[in-house]
Amino acid sequence: MSLLDVRDLSVVFQRRGERPFTAVDKVSFTVEPGQTVGLVGESGCGKSVTSLAIMGLLPRRGNKVTGEVLFDGADLLKLRPDDMRDRRGRDIGMIFQDPLSSLNPVIPIGIQVAEVLERHRGMDHKAALKEAKELLDAVGIPDPMRRLKEYPHQISGGMRQRALIAIALACKPRLLIADEPTTALDVTIQAQILTLLKQLVDETGTALIMITHDLGVVAGLCDTVNVLYGGKVVERARRHELFGHARHPYTHGLLNSVPRLDSPRGERLHAIPGSVADNIPWAEGCAFAPRCPNVVDACLEGPPPLEPTATGGDLRCNNPVSEEVAVP
Amino acid sequence: MSERSIGLLGERKKARLEELARASADKGGVSLVRDAARRLRRNPVAIVGAIIVGLFVLVAAFAPLIAPHDPVQRFDELTRNLTVDNIPGASSEFPLGSDPLGRDFLSRLIYGSRQTLFVGVLATLIGLAFGVVFGALAGAFGGWIDVILMRLTDVMLALPSLLLAITLVAMASKSSQWTVIFAVAIVNVPIFARLLRGSMLAQRESDHVLAARALGVKERNIVLRHMLPNSLTAVIVQATLTFAVAILDAAALSFLGLGDPDINRAEWGLMLGVDGQRYFEVRPELAYYPALAIIVVALGFTLLGEAMREAIDPKNRR
Ligand SMILES: Nc1ncnc2c1ncn2[C@@H]1O[C@H](COP(=O)(O)OP(=O)(O)O)[C@@H](O)[C@H]1O
Ligand code: SF4
Ligand SMILES: [Mg+2]
Repeated sequence: MSLLDVRDLSVVFQRRGERPFTAVDKVSFTVEPGQTVGLVGESGCGKSVTSLAIMGLLPRRGNKVTGEVLFDGADLLKLRPDDMRDRRGRDIGMIFQDPLSSLNPVIPIGIQVAEVLERHRGMDHKAALKEAKELLDAVGIPDPMRRLKEYPHQISGGMRQRALIAIALACKPRLLIADEPTTALDVTIQAQILTLLKQLVDETGTALIMITHDLGVVAGLCDTVNVLYGGKVVERARRHELFGHARHPYTHGLLNSVPRLDSPRGERLHAIPGSVADNIPWAEGCAFAPRCPNVVDACLEGPPPLEPTATGGDLRCNNPVSEEVAVP
Repeated sequence: MSERSIGLLGERKKARLEELARASADKGGVSLVRDAARRLRRNPVAIVGAIIVGLFVLVAAFAPLIAPHDPVQRFDELTRNLTVDNIPGASSEFPLGSDPLGRDFLSRLIYGSRQTLFVGVLATLIGLAFGVVFGALAGAFGGWIDVILMRLTDVMLALPSLLLAITLVAMASKSSQWTVIFAVAIVNVPIFARLLRGSMLAQRESDHVLAARALGVKERNIVLRHMLPNSLTAVIVQATLTFAVAILDAAALSFLGLGDPDINRAEWGLMLGVDGQRYFEVRPELAYYPALAIIVVALGFTLLGEAMREAIDPKNRR
């Protein structure tokens, strides 16, 4: 049984007097224990909304969530709010994009780590503080004894993200969701944080959902990658398949816009033309059609279905990039 | 070094300086409050405000030592020549001369600071206490509690604050300094309540509250550990600003003759309203000095409050 089995998850935002907006559209994917799964796509494609829906953290009003989120076979969407709250931070951890604003500004780092331990592992304050120090040490924060007493604004961005990782992993959750964990950090720090995350999930056997707009981030990290476009999964493949033989024109475009270390200096990246603002609704065809180099008539006649590929992935495209074309 | 001169150094140096500032901030276990205090000390506006406030508090605290005379004693030297057309002016013994009853004007001004501090502090604290309770209730629970409390504050805020204070004092059966204190306090309750509620609602949408929810933190702790403490700084800063308004309102009530009728009490608003107004032709200083004292002290608190507001702004934090 998969650790997490997301089935036909949809999130529709509906504000009074406005047209309903489908941010997540029948998304399905699974996460096996200990596995790292990527959710990739441009900003606005529904990555964060997907993760918040899994966590049960969407605003109480103004949206409708349908489908199933099976964790260990039990549907999280059907849990009582109190039961779901007990699982957050204990069974599923989450780290967010902006480490500074994700920490409580008026509470020292150490106390923030300790509070999770008190909350979910029933530790007393002293034991929790001691454990907090060890956790800060484990995520590579130097001089953890001193950091225990420091406030979030007093430490660097990289340290803060390390502290957040320590908090999220404090209770050894079986699943960690990282929503763009390195986007707000300096490039040099990004690699360190990714390495740390990989090392920690490998050591602890925690499954990881890695959310990013940057395929470069998932390159060394993910076992499976789900590419999202306009709230739908458009391609799913194992990492090596994806990087070797991406079939969806959108994935292809993303891969071509990843900066490559071996490309000659000054070479322009081939960004995908247009933006998500050009999307057409899925009901009328392929949302990517206005930007797609491979577009054919069928693409504007209705939504293309998600179909299994020969290599064990899934693909939603009428005219995919031929299998032989390798990425430059 | 001022903001502007940093700007002239160019972006690279500026970044370097900021790096240094950050590094030096990293040295010790500087607390959040001390960090704000550090920024305050660099701000000339804050320094001017703090000096005024500090002097004012010192004068009030040590009035008996500073004042040359007893503020209520009527001196023969002064009363001897006193008429409605002649109020003795400055002399070596009485540096600011006499008040209309033959008392030492300077000593009365000095003692007046005590009354102002007393009324200002109490009116602000009482207003703050009630405002925080109502604002926190509205912000934490929302729903009908919020609706009722906020409609109430709407009504109060719709009226000009001084007019409301006058109405409240007029409603009281007899006037004393406590009616003034409570009237001014009540007028400020909706301001604190609104501020705290708004701040708490903003906190509810903040990233760290979402992150706390993602950790399974219970609603009670979301309110007590996240929303409330992160909103209080704004309220404390507001209290500094409110102090200025409170002493102006209290002075205005006295000026209008709605304050404490005790003629022995040295009080700037009363001095301005009764003596200053009545004898303005004879001795305009009787109006100028209390007015100046009120304005300078109110200004001091306003400057300090504004600087504090800037210093605690998380956008200036690093
Ligand atoms: N609370 C909300 N109310 C209405 N629309 C929302 C809300 N949150 C997100 N959306 C919309 O849902 C879409 C997906 O957002 P999001 O999941 O945050 O994208 P991303 O992939 O960049 O994380 C966006 O178009 C966004 O405007
Ligand atoms: S379905 Fe058509 S428009 Fe959509 S990606 Fe494939 S080829 Fe392009
Ligand atoms: Mg996002």
